[in-house]
Amino acid sequence: MFENFRLARLPDEDEALRASVRELCAEIVVQMPTERRARSWSGFDAAFSRKLGAAGLLGLTLPKVYGGQERGPFARFVVVEELLACGAPVAAHWIADRQSAPLILHYGTEAQRAEHIPAICRGERFFCIGMSEPGSGSDLASVRTRAERMAEGWRLNGQKIWTTNAHHDDYMIALVRTSGTAADRQAGLSQFLVDLHAPGVTIRPIVDLAGDAHFAEVFFEDVMLPDDALLGAEGQGWSQVTAELAFERSGPERIYSSVVLLDAWVAHLQAVGRLDDARREQLGSLVARLAVLREMSISVTTRLASGESPVVEASLVKDFGTAFEQDLPALIADDLGGRPDEAVSPTLLRTLHYVTQIAPSFSLRGGTREILRGIIARGLGLR
Amino acid sequence: MDENELLEPFERLLADAAPPAVVRRIDEGASAEACWSAIADSGFLDALVPEDSGGAGLGLAETAPLLCALGSRAVPVPVGETMIARALLGQAGIRPPEGAIVLVTATPDGSGWRTPAIPLAGLASHALVELDGSAVLIALSPKLVEAVGVHGSRAATLRLPRNPEILAEATVPSGGLRAAAAIVRATAIAGAANRLLDMTVAYANERVQFGKPIGRQQALQQQLAVMAEHVIAARMAAEIVCAAGFPASLFRVAVAKTVTSQAAVPIATIAHAVHGAIGISEEYDLQLFTRRLHEWRLADGSEAYWSRLLGGARIESDTDTSINFVREAARSSR
Repeated sequence: MFENFRLARLPDEDEALRASVRELCAEIVVQMPTERRARSWSGFDAAFSRKLGAAGLLGLTLPKVYGGQERGPFARFVVVEELLACGAPVAAHWIADRQSAPLILHYGTEAQRAEHIPAICRGERFFCIGMSEPGSGSDLASVRTRAERMAEGWRLNGQKIWTTNAHHDDYMIALVRTSGTAADRQAGLSQFLVDLHAPGVTIRPIVDLAGDAHFAEVFFEDVMLPDDALLGAEGQGWSQVTAELAFERSGPERIYSSVVLLDAWVAHLQAVGRLDDARREQLGSLVARLAVLREMSISVTTRLASGESPVVEASLVKDFGTAFEQDLPALIADDLGGRPDEAVSPTLLRTLHYVTQIAPSFSLRGGTREILRGIIARGLGLR
Repeated sequence: MDENELLEPFERLLADAAPPAVVRRIDEGASAEACWSAIADSGFLDALVPEDSGGAGLGLAETAPLLCALGSRAVPVPVGETMIARALLGQAGIRPPEGAIVLVTATPDGSGWRTPAIPLAGLASHALVELDGSAVLIALSPKLVEAVGVHGSRAATLRLPRNPEILAEATVPSGGLRAAAAIVRATAIAGAANRLLDMTVAYANERVQFGKPIGRQQALQQQLAVMAEHVIAARMAAEIVCAAGFPASLFRVAVAKTVTSQAAVPIATIAHAVHGAIGISEEYDLQLFTRRLHEWRLADGSEAYWSRLLGGARIESDTDTSINFVREAARSSR
């Protein structure tokens, strides 16, 4: 079962990209406070994204004719890994680079590609994902936001919620109903490129439990969309969104959300000289899991590189990866709290508490743990 | 050589030499002679032996599917250990004995040496023992071998005199014989894990309760998904330890034995949970694999042992991040 999971080696020419990412990180990221670096792919920094674009580190999987680097998923893996290892603030371009641009490339018209992909590759146009609604979380097929065909274009009404960075972004790719009712489930859904600056769009940031406003609710009130806002074929929204989710779930960000905290803890242990056997065992266990998860993630990247959409494999790595990401803050909290007389820097505590507070989101965003396990079960032939 | 060209005949050999009925009988104390001869006669024991010493000269990576197959068929004789021992003896220009050889690390104890419990040592004719920094070949007479006595297990400890009779001496591979044996355990766990997943998914699809196969219940689907994750992790870990050849680096062995040992417990637990009472019964094959999983987890260092070494390496490294530590070690050809 899952014979696709095999060890793969990252190509040397892609490994060579690490140096330029490190240079940029050394210049900009390393001096940021640890708790800011721990936010990494939730950290919005448009200027940093533009720098990455200028350095040719965005659009690595996209064709040169649209401003991309045409290097493929391995190059993206290498660059993403370096960015996350140092905790670079990559949220601004993250969704556009990871899934919106590949989606537009795959399903969009020539005009849509030319309009959006070059700007994404420059780190100048940011996208968000319009999937969740107040009544549609894991049950995505129940979306009620509706686009009605008009004499010219479409009229959009409804609401999206928990939309990451909508209040900073330029466009949303929204999954909406174009025919039938919620009872028709996967049929009658379509995807639209929605200009978030269009009249009738209202965006309200939502403050999260860590004090950040990383997500938002988005209201559409008689928003007029041009004909060419439709992405792909009308009624094909469900299969398109499934392909999009494979991009969303397969990247190394799904295993690296807590690594800045891990290294901050290692630095603490080194500083206080607490290197006893129990610490070595805890740390070694985490490093071993990290090593195997990394190979699993590279293996999924191999499937992407051969043009497949590894839905089940990506779900499996994400679920196993988020368990690791969530175990980390719990284990480190017990270690530090277990020695109340040991000096711990406030920055390590802020980092620990930030990751602890936000960790439940790791197994919610991009598909909940239970939904992913359902997908794995289907892959096992159980449903 | 194509992987299947090697694996298919080996699988056929194992299916003939060690079907579940034979595994059971040997586990329960019967002679393993016929099973061993069939495997020994096949020539596969010399897979890792250099060509100039008369072996097949295969690398560890090419041999990995065979080592996993030994686990997925619960082979009741120490084949993987013997393969490595014969390779080490071959490299030293020593003609190996015909019988099964186990890999052992001995500790001074009173007037002699003792060893931890070694799986299948009760069936071995010889042991390659790491003793005072050298790897020595010792013939196992009954007075040296003390069965542990666990039901269904041929594991034994060895008690050696201070100056045991040494038949030959080989070079200790870097990392030691415990690391070499840990490769055998990690790959066997990965193989057995795969087999357990197949068995458990098949059972969940067959067994009907409440009018439908139990595999349709979300509660079981969620457990089986977790089991699959651990099975894949174990398989990946086994590939990691074999990928760069023998002997494997401390990093590779530690990652592999830590992750496979960690995975052994949830895999066995979920396999049994899904099977219900039938899985506990002697006559059903599940126990042949779950008992081994637990035994192999303990053998040659559990996850605590290997993660202690790995954590020490990380904490003493001057690498800036854990990702880089892992990446550099994984990319190294050692």
